[in-house]
Amino acid sequence: MKVVVIGNGMVGYKFCEKLVAKFEPGTYSLTVFGEEPRPAYDRVHLSEFFSGKSAVDLLMAPANWYADNNITLHTGDPVKEINREQKTILSHKGLIVDYDYLVLATGSAAFVPPIPGVDKKGVFLYRTIEDLEMMTAHASKAKRGAVIGGGLLGLEAAKAMIDLGVTDTHVIEFAPRLMPRQIDDSGSKILQSKLETLGLTIFTNKNTSCITGDESITGMQFSDGTSIDVDMLVISAGIKPRDELAKAAGLETGPRGGIVVNEKMQTTDETIFAIGECALFNSMIYGLVAPGYEMAEVVVATLSAAEKAFSGFDMSTKLKLIGVDVASFGDPFVPATDCRTVVFEDTMKGVYKRINISTDGKYLLGGVLIGDAAAYNMLLQTTKNKVALPENPEDILLGSRGGDAPQGAGVAGLPADAVICSCEGITKGAICTAVEAGNETLDSVKKCTKAATCCGGCAPMVKDIITYTLKSQGKYIRNVVCEHFNYSRQELYDLIRIKKIKSYDDVLDELGHGDGCEVCKPVVASILASLWNEMILVKGNDTAQDSNDRYLANIQKGGTYSVVPRIPGGEITPEKLIVIGEVAKKYNLYTKITGGQRIDLFGAHVSDLPAIWEELIAAGFESGHAYGKALRTVKSCVGSTWCRFGLHDSVSFAIQIEERYRGLRAPHKIKSAVSGCIRECAEAQSKDFGIIATERGWNLYVGGNGGSKPQHAILLAADLDNETCIKYIDRFLMFYIKTADPLTRTATWLNKLEGGMDYLRNVVINDSLGINAELEAEMQSLVDNYKCEWKEVVDNPELRKRFNHFVNAPEEKDPSIQFEMMRDQKKAAGWG
Amino acid sequence: MSSTTTLTEVHWFFACKTDDVPLNGGVCVKYKEEQIALFHFSRREEWYATQNMCPHKHQMALSRGMIGTQNGEPKVACPFHKKTFSLEDGRCLSDDAECSLKTYPVKIEEDRVYIGFYGGFDKLSLTSV
Repeated sequence: MKVVVIGNGMVGYKFCEKLVAKFEPGTYSLTVFGEEPRPAYDRVHLSEFFSGKSAVDLLMAPANWYADNNITLHTGDPVKEINREQKTILSHKGLIVDYDYLVLATGSAAFVPPIPGVDKKGVFLYRTIEDLEMMTAHASKAKRGAVIGGGLLGLEAAKAMIDLGVTDTHVIEFAPRLMPRQIDDSGSKILQSKLETLGLTIFTNKNTSCITGDESITGMQFSDGTSIDVDMLVISAGIKPRDELAKAAGLETGPRGGIVVNEKMQTTDETIFAIGECALFNSMIYGLVAPGYEMAEVVVATLSAAEKAFSGFDMSTKLKLIGVDVASFGDPFVPATDCRTVVFEDTMKGVYKRINISTDGKYLLGGVLIGDAAAYNMLLQTTKNKVALPENPEDILLGSRGGDAPQGAGVAGLPADAVICSCEGITKGAICTAVEAGNETLDSVKKCTKAATCCGGCAPMVKDIITYTLKSQGKYIRNVVCEHFNYSRQELYDLIRIKKIKSYDDVLDELGHGDGCEVCKPVVASILASLWNEMILVKGNDTAQDSNDRYLANIQKGGTYSVVPRIPGGEITPEKLIVIGEVAKKYNLYTKITGGQRIDLFGAHVSDLPAIWEELIAAGFESGHAYGKALRTVKSCVGSTWCRFGLHDSVSFAIQIEERYRGLRAPHKIKSAVSGCIRECAEAQSKDFGIIATERGWNLYVGGNGGSKPQHAILLAADLDNETCIKYIDRFLMFYIKTADPLTRTATWLNKLEGGMDYLRNVVINDSLGINAELEAEMQSLVDNYKCEWKEVVDNPELRKRFNHFVNAPEEKDPSIQFEMMRDQKKAAGWG
Repeated sequence: MSSTTTLTEVHWFFACKTDDVPLNGGVCVKYKEEQIALFHFSRREEWYATQNMCPHKHQMALSRGMIGTQNGEPKVACPFHKKTFSLEDGRCLSDDAECSLKTYPVKIEEDRVYIGFYGGFDKLSLTSV
């Protein structure tokens, strides 16, 4: 069987891959002609070319893959002519190859609207790696850019322009809204305002009448009489199928382009197939990769005399446009008379979600997600598999409010034949089978099934299915640290404690294998510190510390460090304030008040750190551990000593707590605060543990978080006396330190803790595990072992030596460090 | 520097004593106007030298990075953004970066550590890749 493929794009390549997998070697010959100079590459991820991927990274398979599989590949050689009588093709370079079956995978070209001036310099298409290379060359000189086309590709092109440094970019869309084919009016408005806040200028209802400029583009004029100045333009106004070869060979094509095919992808000549974006099935062009792959599968099946038909394809998509999630699934535009819709809109956060539900409320028909598409996979599966909706269908959009999690949600509710990876057509059943056969990680499931190897959009769901399958097999799911330790952090913590190991190297020798890495070193170093509270720079543990811990300071832009002395509760005497000021002046440091009521001194050379600390320690300061995954600060309001509302002395209590837990190392940093009354001026509810005065004592809240995902702390216990409050904090912190995954704040830990707050309360208050005496004793031993680690460095010449920049010129500072002036202080020079 | 210097001629520069370098860690060595990161991977009884500048954000920081292995290949992680580089050939092992480090040979004689520079080549370590 002689097969010739015209076109070596993603779909043409996938056809080869599927053919090679299906047929025995030697039973066929396969010849491929490609127009572009390189073998097939991943056009879906083309924009990653700008974020550092090379043309080689994007290849679907390396050039030798074709030869290894006995495929003759002619790149840079388009086919000129098909001779259906003789069953031969003629290439541009003059090759004549005969075929039994011919597969047209010619793809599509960018549609260029007939606007005067499109041929000027600085006007580009967004289609091939060559287009991108030309854009890159031009962008360095360009200041203002525009993209014609506000569809999916147009917005990708706009992102590419921003990536190339043309930050002043306009998007011009002819239709009244962005992405008119995928999302509805309201969703489009949210998307538009979100993109505008990111710096894009967007015009809708705008028709470009001409492109101005002499040789190069200088501007654009629109049919409404307005104009803009631009020096770079990308046209992305849609695609047109490449059907000219088929047309010339007398095959039927559609009135608006596309090679007409039947359900077996046969053209009007049954020995010639068309697949991908050049094929017109049921009057429709399928401009996505997944249906193209499905078409390739149909042709391979037909060639092997198997029964398989193409029956259309779901055009749901999810993508991230300039950081904004956009998804549309099923039928996003069902008319209001044929469905019930649930819409959630948050113009503050730029989130829009719409689902269309069948009039009987039983099934999901489709929908649109903007700004937050986390639920996309689940909603798509629910639509495609006609999974019955919960009693309150809005729960699947909003989550259940109060009560238990909605029934029927999650991967458990999907049937085995639910297609999870639509690019490769992999079902839930196939993934479960792979997991049951021993492929228990995402990587090995990817290798075994090919799921999540194309666009990668289904990867989170594949992970969920792996976890679900393992759980249903009764397997314990472990989060192992890295390739050097086959243990979770919690297991490592227990083993190190039982074996009483004190150094990273001994831990690696006894419990791990290989030579360690930047993942397991800080995890183990932190566990050692949490267990024994020994000086972190001795016993060879110095080089296992994360860089900030190793230098007991925070590395900053430019390579200098910042210094944060502890100021417990934020209370400081005028004398000590003066010392900080004097030290800052002497070592030329930038000073700033932190959010945690301390003073941060920036711009210290690494070799000045010991001398700076020597002076601070002499004045009574100690390390603030701002560099460590450790207790940072206990913030306080002024409390009853001065405040006319204060119920208790919040400052004294904050100082007592900060001094108790100073130096305590944990899986992540820990922050705290004490407020003297319900007005909560210390913002205690945003802390890992926060304390608020009541008429009868203190309320203790835990699991709060500021940062990127703010979360309020939850009340653990109310109206406590000082002693009980500290006892509960001891137990809470130790329980967290013993059980949390690496780099997990208390908020995330508590969110993941099975049983949540009720469980935690049972453990630390009702002693349901019978471990409280142990937790308290362990905390007390850490408290008793505390020493200021900076004092130990200052007093130890061997440790001080490690703070020089040059080993062979200890008196010299890093000459590459540069500062600029701003508001009478220095700042780090920009990234080099 | 003359462009006619032969590329194969190795000049061995005395960097420091072996015990000046922390076990399983690095130090920064000043060589003319350049900064070289020198690592003693004592678990493997190996020594490596690379440019000190991380090519990602051009920070003089690699000597302060953690070292380790990935599938048995020795590597260093930049303290700034944890990009990792092979200590053997300097290539970037973090998949989202496209830059590599210049590497240098190291030899130990008694307790003295030497870094090898190829004539006419060493200037490269200061220029970005």
